[in-house]
Amino acid sequence: MSVTAPKKLSLKERYRILTRGLDWTPTYQEPAKIFPHAEFEGIKIRDWDGFVDPFRLTMDSYWKYQAEKERKLYAVLDSFQQNNGQTAITDGRYVNVLKIFLTAITPGEYQAHRGFAMLGRQVPNVGLRIAAQMQSLDELRHAQTQIHSCSHYNKYFDGLHSFSYQHDRVWYLSVVKSFFDDARTSGPFEFLIAIGFSFEYVLTNLLFVPFMSGAAYNGDLSTVTFGFSAQSDESRHMTLGLEAIKFILEQHEDNAAIVQKWIDKWFWRGYRILAILAMMMDYMLPKRIMPWKDAWDIYFNEAGGALFGDLARYGIKMPNTAEVANKEAFRLSTETMLTFYQMGHASGFHSWLPSEDELKWLAEAYGPEWERLYLPRFKYFRELEAKGEHYYNPSLPQLCQVCQIPMFFTEPDDPTKICFRDTVYNGDRYHFCSDGCQHIFEGEPEKYVQAWLPVHQVMQGNCGGATIDEIRKYWRVEDGEDNYDYVGSPDETMWKSWQADRLKVGS
Amino acid sequence: MSNVSITLYNNDESRGLIAAILKDNPASTTMRMPGVVKIDCPNKLTILRETVENELGRPWDVQQLHMSLVSLSGMVDEDDDYFTIAWNH
Repeated sequence: MSVTAPKKLSLKERYRILTRGLDWTPTYQEPAKIFPHAEFEGIKIRDWDGFVDPFRLTMDSYWKYQAEKERKLYAVLDSFQQNNGQTAITDGRYVNVLKIFLTAITPGEYQAHRGFAMLGRQVPNVGLRIAAQMQSLDELRHAQTQIHSCSHYNKYFDGLHSFSYQHDRVWYLSVVKSFFDDARTSGPFEFLIAIGFSFEYVLTNLLFVPFMSGAAYNGDLSTVTFGFSAQSDESRHMTLGLEAIKFILEQHEDNAAIVQKWIDKWFWRGYRILAILAMMMDYMLPKRIMPWKDAWDIYFNEAGGALFGDLARYGIKMPNTAEVANKEAFRLSTETMLTFYQMGHASGFHSWLPSEDELKWLAEAYGPEWERLYLPRFKYFRELEAKGEHYYNPSLPQLCQVCQIPMFFTEPDDPTKICFRDTVYNGDRYHFCSDGCQHIFEGEPEKYVQAWLPVHQVMQGNCGGATIDEIRKYWRVEDGEDNYDYVGSPDETMWKSWQADRLKVGS
Repeated sequence: MSNVSITLYNNDESRGLIAAILKDNPASTTMRMPGVVKIDCPNKLTILRETVENELGRPWDVQQLHMSLVSLSGMVDEDDDYFTIAWNH
């Protein structure tokens, strides 16, 4: 009698057995009752079995690799805390990018976790549900590890104490909150295109590659480690987004028009959020990797160009606002920075004017048009500061009804003129920062008339009172600690004392 | 023709992987940033298990790529012996 060892299954076979063996055909319930959200968006699927996740991760290997990533990450975080890593960053100013990250991006990870949990329940294909459930767990891991990493900085620096509370209330954070609220309240297919494709594939590289590389360059071991640990999951998420869009487009020719509408919408929604990232890269990293515009060229024009070249055979085109985004590329970070500089009294992080060297770097990166338009403004603000009259804007801005960003973006072809658009709906006039946001509103006005706009809420008396002191209290922005210029802040005093201590050693 | 792209951690584990990629995809170019290496290649890039094992001097499971991967651009095809990224246009 001979004994032969059972043959080890190949990766493709193991995955096929996992995803085909797990599902079953219901006998006493209608499929439409089990997956009630699968049809209302108008997406037509002929054969759900056509979907295959190219990463073919089985549950056992998912747990194995995620556990290994966590062990590596937490070893670094422990070491960072034990060795006072916060003192080794390039400059105290740097921590302000973490304040934005923790209050704006981290709650977004949590929102993505919730959205993918919905998807992991609602799509009628087991491979897609497994991938969505894995992604849901990944997003939760990202939120947790980011909170954990930043908690160490919170022991020393201001502005990191109330991220979750502030996310639901503070004016600039409503931009990100409304983006994810919008995505989570759409149907499962739109959510998949919004977050899985448009955000993950087209836009998150900008956040997690050049920006996190910037964290590495600025000595922030803990952030670069959580950043790249998160991004290693993103590669899987991006691939899911791309496979999903291909699958939907191959299933029925009627799907292309719906998908194109979602791509146009979610490219613009996501791109508007990145304005704050452009500011972080160009104005807030003490040592810079590359200008925003270069990152935009690499990750949008080059990588996105290749991607849309591949989708062209389904009749899918570049987002209809890509051209406007390219026109804005040289000024996006500056228009955003100049706004936050004026709103320093009403923000939970510090702003500051760029140094002479930084202005030179910016002028070189962005060219003579940038110099002509913006150098005089920086010069003017610097003169005011020298007289002890730092300019803070005392008024409340008008917000865009869709992206919720104050109206500070300029006309695509005229950077000296603020871009305003408006639409009347049911007798009320609504305002927009761009053609992109106006078109999104006009596609679903009944959704966007419900927007929770921070300025309107202040006006209606829902934010603690009418004075800036009362509103800051409502936001939990600690006056004189979290806000105003970095120069003169408690953060700066602390950082300087650390530097002085360092110089004393050995002298 | 468009570039496909893969971005890997800049650490010891990835060093062998990067060497294997450059060997099997001679048309590829590298861009080094703090913490990461981005490799671009026209149309298609293949990672072969055998080449990676020769570079590392030990067995290597293709799915261990998840431990070094930061980002990628292109359609993925993965099996026991290879990992490919390609555009179909």
